[in-house]
Amino acid sequence: MEELAIRVEHVSKEYRLGAIGGATLKGEIQSKLAKLLKKEDPNLKIGEKAHGKNERFLALDDLSFDIKKGETVGIIGRNGAGKSTILKLICRVTAPTKGNIYLNGRITSMLEVGTGFHPELTGRENVYLNGAILGMSKAEIDKKFDEIVEFSEVGQFIETPVKRYSSGMKVKLAFAVASHLDSEIMIMDEVLAVGDVAFQNKCIDRMKKVAEEEGRTILYVSHNMQTVKSLCNRCIVLSRGQVAFEGETEDAIAVYMQDESLDNTTFFDTSDAKRHPKCNQRHLLQNLHMYESKTNTVDYGDVFPFRIEWKSENDTERLLMKMVINGIDATPVGVIFGGELKHKEGINSAEFTFDTSYLVPGKYTVDIILYDEDKSGSIMFYDRATALRFTVEHSEESIKLKHWFKDWGNAVLPCIEQINGGNKNV
Amino acid sequence: MEQQKWTTVVKSDSGINMDLKGLKNCRDLILLFVRRTFVAKYKQTVLGPAWAVIQPFFTTVVYSVFFGNIAGLGASGVPNFIFYLSGTIVWTLFANCLNETSHTFTGNAGILGKVYFPRLVMPISTAVSQFIGFFIQFTFMLIFMVYYLITDAGLKPNIYILMFPLVLIQLAILGMGFGMIISALTTKYRDLAMVVGFGVSLWSYCSPVAYDMFSRSQLAPGSTFYSIYMLNPVTPAINIFRYGFLGSGDVDWLFYGISWVTTAVVAVIGALMFSKSEKTFMDTV
Repeated sequence: MEELAIRVEHVSKEYRLGAIGGATLKGEIQSKLAKLLKKEDPNLKIGEKAHGKNERFLALDDLSFDIKKGETVGIIGRNGAGKSTILKLICRVTAPTKGNIYLNGRITSMLEVGTGFHPELTGRENVYLNGAILGMSKAEIDKKFDEIVEFSEVGQFIETPVKRYSSGMKVKLAFAVASHLDSEIMIMDEVLAVGDVAFQNKCIDRMKKVAEEEGRTILYVSHNMQTVKSLCNRCIVLSRGQVAFEGETEDAIAVYMQDESLDNTTFFDTSDAKRHPKCNQRHLLQNLHMYESKTNTVDYGDVFPFRIEWKSENDTERLLMKMVINGIDATPVGVIFGGELKHKEGINSAEFTFDTSYLVPGKYTVDIILYDEDKSGSIMFYDRATALRFTVEHSEESIKLKHWFKDWGNAVLPCIEQINGGNKNV
Repeated sequence: MEQQKWTTVVKSDSGINMDLKGLKNCRDLILLFVRRTFVAKYKQTVLGPAWAVIQPFFTTVVYSVFFGNIAGLGASGVPNFIFYLSGTIVWTLFANCLNETSHTFTGNAGILGKVYFPRLVMPISTAVSQFIGFFIQFTFMLIFMVYYLITDAGLKPNIYILMFPLVLIQLAILGMGFGMIISALTTKYRDLAMVVGFGVSLWSYCSPVAYDMFSRSQLAPGSTFYSIYMLNPVTPAINIFRYGFLGSGDVDWLFYGISWVTTAVVAVIGALMFSKSEKTFMDTV
């Protein structure tokens, strides 16, 4: 039997919906009293129902998994799937409602930037403080100090207060401390989001090295599938607090990227989708329909028509449309401009055609953006929603892409036109 | 089959689980937190640690003028200034321990929400760091003591002076105990945080800080209120400190014993409540 590093056993974590208790002692007593007297709770907003015992939210629902020693495991899932919650439980920041977690070895957690950095202290002082918070003794830090500073690339600023650091420098220093600890288990949550690409790669190399040479276990949470792919040899996909998939990284990412309910549909309802707060929603996309297709799988080279419907609050504003195409691992492929949309107050529609010969066979999602921009280029966002999901399949026409490699990218740009040519010696 | 070994088990039961074993390995962490608090407090100030002296100095001046001279509540036999200074610095140690530890959870949610280390490190290091300020003030007081001894102003230091470390430790533990109780309760109800500030200043008026209890007929030994007044655990402690250094007042061993019992009870309750709420405070803070 291989030695395990972490065992999560039937773990549930429950949060109460709404406010946690009353916001004040008085509020809580009022609510309790009202319940006792079977009166209406004075602290509830109009239309809100009393929180019964059942109105609770299970962030984690009977979750179980094992992680072997020396493994590098990615945990992926949508927002709210329970990724951060399970990490918090493993780090012992908060306790599970049900179930037990077994750990074998010391844990280093790096959940977000600069955990425990004090802005007024210098880099050097913070290295010691951060190391101690993460469980190192002073002697251990002394031994590793030079190595940490060298890795962090902030050597010349080490005597400067951390509040003068850029966010990138803070991450570098924080990562350097965390990755040089002698802990058996390392937990990383979205830490590489800041920092330049070169440093990201350096971190990933460092983590790989740490996992392979020192046999340390790494748990990595990220929405950046590129880093997950290059770092993890196994992935756990969480969905609604449960394990949706466990296995090879590539398969796991595929599971994560596809939302089953949207497969084989040609009608995408976006009226209830969550919107980015920057959108003012004066023009709101309602749906997208691939009205001539039977499924959302199309052959390479096909041109399919689609119709969008949107609701406008007025007919005075100019309305422009563009689409951002994203690949399966959420990397943007490119942008397509759709021009100006004619509209009146109420529901409007417009039809377009989509040429798939610009896309390498694979799965894509499309974000539709409704916006306006003035001459100076400043943009007013009305709406942005992921409105389309489709698969481009290989066909006779995609023969030129048969030997496609990842590093070609996912967009096939238009052919270049030869305007002149011939032998130079003539 | 080889038996899988586990070093840590995170259990769901909400019982109290004090990580005393982990605490033992945290000496470096406590010292670093103390250092952090001290360094960060006086960074970018011109006067630096001198601020530790300025505050009690002016408090003492105000007490001496208004309570001592105008209201006539000062001590008999010793100069008002040294009488008030000694009371103020001891009280400040206690009050700071209480105030600062009461913000443990709410003030450090950032760190505590991300990493695990034995949570008791936080209040302990807070209490320890209060001693740095205290010893600066204490040195300041000793300078005045020397001055008053040379000018023969009526100070009678005696053998009880040796009790002072015990008094200081007791007050720190007491302040920390109350602070932990409050910090455990404020994870859910912020109301208490509002009370702490003025509660502590009201408490100072119920303790012999701004007046001499022994020259007040209502409070002196043998009076009606004496026993009730002495139940305030801070009172016997301040009395011993003053008696040892200045020879002012008296020592009542019975009430000093009771004050230690109170301190122990408060500290244990505080540590238990703190440990109980530390497990899930992140969900409610």
